Amino acid sequence: MYHDNDRSKMFSRRAMILAGGKATLMGALAARMYYLQVMEADKYAMQAEDNRISTRLLAPPRGLILDRNGIAMAVNQHNYRVMVVAEQTPSLDYTLDALGRIISVGDGERARIHKEVRRRRSFVPISVRENLTWEEVARVEVNAPDLPGVVIDVGQSRFYPLESLGAHILGYVSAVSEADLSGDPLEELPGFRIGKGGVERIYDMALRGRHGTSSLEVNAVGRVIGELERKEGEPGVDLNLTLDMKLQEYAAQRLGDESAAVVVMDIHTGDVIVMASTPSFDPNSFNRGLSGEEWKDLSTNPRSPLSNKAIAGQFAPGSTFKLMTALAALEGRDITPEMRVFCPGHLQLGSIKFHCWKKEGHGAQDLVSGIKNSCDVYFYEIARRTGFEKIAEMARRFGLGAPTGVDLPNERPGLIPDKAWKKRVLKDVWHPGENLINGIGQGYVTATPIQLATMTARVANGGFAVVPHVARDLIDEKTARGRPAPNWPSLEVSRQSLTLVRKGMFGVSNEPGGTAYRARITQEGMWLSGKTGSAQVRRITMRERETGVKKNDQLPWKERDHALFVAYAPEENPRYSIAVVVEHGGGGSAVAAPIARDIMIEVQKRDLARIAEGGTSSPPPDLRRF
Amino acid sequence: MLRPMPRMPSRLNRTEMSMRDKIWQINWSLISVLTAISCIGFATLYSAAQGSLDPWALRQMVRFAIGIAIMIAVAMVDLRVWMRNAYVLYGIALVLLIAVEVKGTVGMGAQRWIDIGFIQLQPSEIMKVALILSLARYFHGAGMQEIGRPLFLIPPLIMVFLPAAMVLKQPDLGTAMMLVMSSGALFFMAGVRVWKFVVVIAGGLGIIPVAWQFLREYQKKRVLIFMNPEDDPLGAGYHITQSKIALGSGGLFGKGYMMGTQSRLNFLPEKQTDFIFTMFAEEWGMMGGLVLLGLYALLLAFGYAIAMRCRSQFGRLVAHGVTTTFFLYFFINTAMVMGLVPVVGVPLPLISYGGTAMLSLLFGWGLVMSAYIHRDVPISRRGISDD
Repeated sequence: MYHDNDRSKMFSRRAMILAGGKATLMGALAARMYYLQVMEADKYAMQAEDNRISTRLLAPPRGLILDRNGIAMAVNQHNYRVMVVAEQTPSLDYTLDALGRIISVGDGERARIHKEVRRRRSFVPISVRENLTWEEVARVEVNAPDLPGVVIDVGQSRFYPLESLGAHILGYVSAVSEADLSGDPLEELPGFRIGKGGVERIYDMALRGRHGTSSLEVNAVGRVIGELERKEGEPGVDLNLTLDMKLQEYAAQRLGDESAAVVVMDIHTGDVIVMASTPSFDPNSFNRGLSGEEWKDLSTNPRSPLSNKAIAGQFAPGSTFKLMTALAALEGRDITPEMRVFCPGHLQLGSIKFHCWKKEGHGAQDLVSGIKNSCDVYFYEIARRTGFEKIAEMARRFGLGAPTGVDLPNERPGLIPDKAWKKRVLKDVWHPGENLINGIGQGYVTATPIQLATMTARVANGGFAVVPHVARDLIDEKTARGRPAPNWPSLEVSRQSLTLVRKGMFGVSNEPGGTAYRARITQEGMWLSGKTGSAQVRRITMRERETGVKKNDQLPWKERDHALFVAYAPEENPRYSIAVVVEHGGGGSAVAAPIARDIMIEVQKRDLARIAEGGTSSPPPDLRRF
Repeated sequence: MLRPMPRMPSRLNRTEMSMRDKIWQINWSLISVLTAISCIGFATLYSAAQGSLDPWALRQMVRFAIGIAIMIAVAMVDLRVWMRNAYVLYGIALVLLIAVEVKGTVGMGAQRWIDIGFIQLQPSEIMKVALILSLARYFHGAGMQEIGRPLFLIPPLIMVFLPAAMVLKQPDLGTAMMLVMSSGALFFMAGVRVWKFVVVIAGGLGIIPVAWQFLREYQKKRVLIFMNPEDDPLGAGYHITQSKIALGSGGLFGKGYMMGTQSRLNFLPEKQTDFIFTMFAEEWGMMGGLVLLGLYALLLAFGYAIAMRCRSQFGRLVAHGVTTTFFLYFFINTAMVMGLVPVVGVPLPLISYGGTAMLSLLFGWGLVMSAYIHRDVPISRRGISDD
């Protein structure tokens, strides 16, 4: 018994020790609980919320693009997609077979779907086909009971209802590439598209709108349990253009299959009313995805349908440039308007003979008749007297040699050469003969159609530096807010000089013998004044001059002259300027002028109709300079 | 109640007790605490199933009912019967352990259980109870001099390490550790000198590098991840990171019953079994956790009071052994989910979903109750009344 008592005492003693140890460990548990649940509670509460809440971006609808009269040019279309949720199907193949009996599902699609299903969680819908027709949607919906796991989903895709009309101005949208990332969270959204060309690109930020957010409760594998909060974004701003799509359509038709460009603009406001470049392309094909063959066709076509020739086509302006030579000579007082130059058909400068387009010569020419007849010898002479440096300076004042600043991407600057340029680029000195050649718009001089239309507008509006634009409401591309109304600075060219040049242009189109007399407008109040141009693209050899210069229709397309015509109308109170360039079209008076005439008639008809309705298109009073 | 009560009337101090006497002696307070803890378990399982008795809560209730019946039955059996059959039970448990080992290697991987119809029996769980009984029996007959002899300690050490090694090989690190640790406590209570523990522990630390080689890859990883869970937030550290987030976000008062986001949205793994404490503490906060800890402490206090109150060394050792095993269960589990010890598969006693642990624990508490009922029954060195 003593023994047992001894053991009992020891047991009790040791039990106390162990109980104390256990109590200590339990105290440690309580302390740990306090640490986690009181001291660190805020941190863990936040992490739990991070776990639970997944914020998704909501893409706002992209702003529409409309023409000046509200005709839709770019809209958002419902893109019906058929999706399959793998976990809701008895077997993926069974469902795809059933679906395949209703709408076509290719083998390639199947392989892709299987691959995606393996890669993603089984509750994530996988797109089977996009851009379903209504009929296909209806067929799938009707058969829904037999299609477990199949859902129809509506997304948005860009659609250009006018197809190729205005495509170059609109541009297109496409997926975001690494280089496009600007920090807008929307760019991270799968399937989000941004503007890649034209106004879609320039006004992309305004058109995009602001993203909304949706806070979703998700579980550990990412399945959405429910929506906690939703903040709608702001839809993109609708963009109204200055273009008139009815006129655009007419112009495109009138240009037909030619590789050509036409720009019509308001000489006071700078509104671009028509900007056509042919041939064109259907921007919707970029959304659909181009086949290799289509792409090859578009990219290798010698008439370059993808390029907007109105702003990116650089052509020798030919005789249309004589307006600048004339103004430079008049303003520099290197000539008087009455000074006569005798044209025998050519001009000898040193050992070189410079030919007039009219072999037999024009006889005595003054400024007005020189313009009217487009006498090369007259302009050789005044360019020789003035020197090209001053002509270049005048041309730049009128918008040549640098991008006009129209709100479109990829505008090219053209080229107005001078001595410094020649030395820098060609490492050569300026020869006296180059004053003559460049003075009639050949040689190094190039210009884009929009530059020519702008130049003409500046001549017609009394010498104000109007800048063309295509967005009607003049929204700032960055802030999407309105820009201040333009107050164009003066070009500091005397009214007398402009009046003389315009008199010459009047002669071109309205006096018998004028180079575009046959393409005049006879309707009262719509008369136009213009200037033709035929830019030579090949060198005419001595031998050819002796045997007779080949006519354009005897030449291969690539060697024919560019046909140009610039004009403004109506003569009395000018409102519109136009530039037409037909690449390798032949003569300006034969090819370009009639096109310009027809378009200008349509433009003025539309305008007259609107004024009769009490429309708003008449210029603000302070801009009526003539 | 917690202190040893004054000597009961002499009629209890008898070798033979009638069934009536025994029923009269059933410790209802102990049963109440066990039931209270289990009810917390039912409620948490109901919440884990997002407000459904199916699939866990109802089955757990059924098991608890069976377990309580078994517990009372075990308590009714004379403590001497348990002592007499202690080695037999140990032998059966060992054979079963070998059986799953053989079947497991032949059959499908790491199988640890035997299917006996209504329940899947894990021999390692039976071993936990059988080992306590047989060690208690071994030390019951030992005097202080014998215990002082190192050679005397060889057989019980074999008794411990044989099943522990087999369980470790299954591999079940948690159970093996629990077998060793609860046995260690029993050795201590039996009077083994402290310096001997120091020697064994030092030796144990010495063989850690060797033992490391025998650990499975995932076990090694768990230990390493435990050292630094943030290293691998989405892989093996995911469990413990999410568990800490759940606990911490519960705060002082919890997110409310059935409103724990971490568990409801499945961020918390194994929320109905090993991580059920986390779920409970996410919904009920630190206050809920402390209440549960208090109930466990109460249970331990009952166990200690009974152990101290026992007249026989066998009863004392069994009561203390079961209490310690129970403590190890909930301590390792809660310490694990709170990131204090590595992740090992030890359930939260009476609360985690699972039949075997519930039954073996209630079986163990049945033995404690038997020790209570037979507290004044003197037992001779050989297991026969020597009154």
